[in-house]
Amino acid sequence: MADLSVNVAGVQFNNPLIAASGTFGFGREYGEFYPLSTLGGISCKGITLKRRDGNPPPRIAETPSGILNAVGLQNPGVDVFINEDLPWLKQQGTVIIANIAGNTVEEYCEMAEKLSDTDVDMIELNISCPNVKSGGVQFGTSCESVAHITSEVRKHCKKPLVVKLSPNVTDIASIAKSAEAAGADAVSMINTLTGMRIDIHTRRPIIRNNTGGLSGAAVFPVAVRMVWQVANAVKIPIIGMGGISTWEDAVEMLMAGATALQIGTVLFSDPYAPVKINEGLNKFLDENNIKSVTELTGTVVPW
Amino acid sequence: MKYDVRELPLLSNEEIAQGIFDMRLEYKQTDLPVQCGQFAHVYVPGKSLRRPISVCDASGGVLRLVYQVKGEGTKIMSQMKSGTVDVLVPLGNGFSIEKGKRYCLIGGGIGVPPMLYTAKQCDNPLIITGFRSESLVILQDDLKQAGETLLCTDDGSAGQKGFVTDLLRAHIDEIDEVCACGPTPMLKAVAAVCKELGKPCQISLEERMGCGVGACLVCAVKVRKNGEEIMQHVCKNGPVFNAEEVVF
Ligand SMILES: Cc1cc2nc3c(=O)[nH]c(=O)nc-3n(C[C@H](O)[C@H](O)[C@H](O)COP(=O)(O)OP(=O)(O)OC[C@H]3O[C@@H](n4cnc5c(N)ncnc54)[C@H](O)[C@@H]3O)c2cc1C
Ligand SMILES: Cc1cc2nc3c(=O)[nH]c(=O)nc-3n(C[C@H](O)[C@H](O)[C@H](O)COP(=O)(O)O)c2cc1C
Ligand code: FES
Repeated sequence: MADLSVNVAGVQFNNPLIAASGTFGFGREYGEFYPLSTLGGISCKGITLKRRDGNPPPRIAETPSGILNAVGLQNPGVDVFINEDLPWLKQQGTVIIANIAGNTVEEYCEMAEKLSDTDVDMIELNISCPNVKSGGVQFGTSCESVAHITSEVRKHCKKPLVVKLSPNVTDIASIAKSAEAAGADAVSMINTLTGMRIDIHTRRPIIRNNTGGLSGAAVFPVAVRMVWQVANAVKIPIIGMGGISTWEDAVEMLMAGATALQIGTVLFSDPYAPVKINEGLNKFLDENNIKSVTELTGTVVPW
Repeated sequence: MKYDVRELPLLSNEEIAQGIFDMRLEYKQTDLPVQCGQFAHVYVPGKSLRRPISVCDASGGVLRLVYQVKGEGTKIMSQMKSGTVDVLVPLGNGFSIEKGKRYCLIGGGIGVPPMLYTAKQCDNPLIITGFRSESLVILQDDLKQAGETLLCTDDGSAGQKGFVTDLLRAHIDEIDEVCACGPTPMLKAVAAVCKELGKPCQISLEERMGCGVGACLVCAVKVRKNGEEIMQHVCKNGPVFNAEEVVF
């Protein structure tokens, strides 16, 4: 048995697998398949200051090896999360990450402040949601805006702060550097890539929001490339995600430079993916006489 | 644990009408009991998303899924010939059937299959099914054994010419409550008739799904509860909803 535990910004995870925000709700449903302590952590559904109903359906479309989604941050609001979901989540024996999104910098700060007084283990700043009209990705696409929002939230945030990066940018390494310089303890990446599908019979986009975010195996090579570029640019740890579906993908993402991993879309076809990926990781480490999964991080040998 | 992924042995998978297949899977007594109107989320090799299919029948150790080939996923399903099928079942909230009531079960097109298992839970139900034309008519023999049946087609090529709502109106005094599944325009029309004539009505809705268990929030439907419009989810709160609460 190799040691699968990892440490990100002072927070200890029993294994590197974290459920990706928005694919796992607040844990209750997948908790009916297996104990949530199977996972190293859970990044909860993105929350906003006030309740949001999200976009009208359809909110999902299938693509070759992936999916598009445009949920539009449906959530009950930060107060309901703190009062009704967090106490239960904290009893599940896994790290709890709150994923926050806002329309203004002030809203992000207010949420960070509220969550700092709770038992949440980490805060993930979602400045990369492509599916809402205002807020979300607009904060995440220039170095200046990333630096500004990160430093403002930092002033109000007493928890380890993870900034979740958007892949819809020209130079992700410089964005990551700006987040690091402004006080981020870690970055998580990648959020979804904006995409679109059209029903050729009705000439209507399949998703009611017209465009949606692409995730799943289709984005994996893009995610690996971006994690590798960011790993070469910053010192803070990276939580890598985007299309991880098998234990081999997990190893690849760690080698590219990730310290921990999030998995999302694969859960829709296989709810047991985290169990299988952990087993595979463990076996790989044992077979290669590697004592700890942390020894894989950033070990790619580039040409 | 409430959910589990099962590898169910495939017993048969035959075409029962033009482009419509009847998949039968072995379903043991020890598997979770299925409520009528619940659905199965079927894994399709090579696809990112499972396909939601209503349970057509779950008696006698056999789980039946009757589905129409629409796109790639159902096409791959129709080509499965042996081995096991990976399904997440049973999911969602089905029809609630009370003793002592006479139900009218309405199925339109590929919305007919869940009405078979539902009929088996009811006492002498009136089953109204409607199809576009004769070549798409399914499950009549099975349904006849479960209740009194009435058939209509849009073009009159089988049964009476007309819509399910015409038959519902004609027989409204014989029934206490309606359960319906079918295309949205049909459900809207059935809900309107029930409202007008004062009969409770449960309808089964469709929406594109991801997880199938209520975690990803993609399968949204707007409902009115206590005067307020809120988003619920077809996979977890439904697929069956009280027709009066659905905001079409
Ligand atoms: C609760 C529920 C019960 C259903 N029961 C039945 C049934 O008993 N028999 C039957 O034939 N069909 C049923 N359907 C519809 C069935 O799920 C779709 O026809 C099927 O998913 C189409 O898949 P495809 O690969 O052929 O089409 P594609 O167009 O290739 O599918 C692409 C994506 O869109 C989704 N999709 C496309 N059409 C629908 C739809 N109408 N509803 C939901 N998702 C859709 C698919 O699941 C897939 O994720 C049901 C749907 C729901 C939500
Ligand atoms: C249905 C759905 C909802 C999502 N909601 C959120 C969200 O609320 N906040 C967020 O930061 N990311 C959200 N994401 C993005 C994922 O967390 C993740 O970054 C992305 O899906 C890539 O990982 P994957 O390919 O393993 O799914 C969502 C993704 C999906 C598929
Ligand atoms: S399909 Fe995920 S919530 Fe319904």
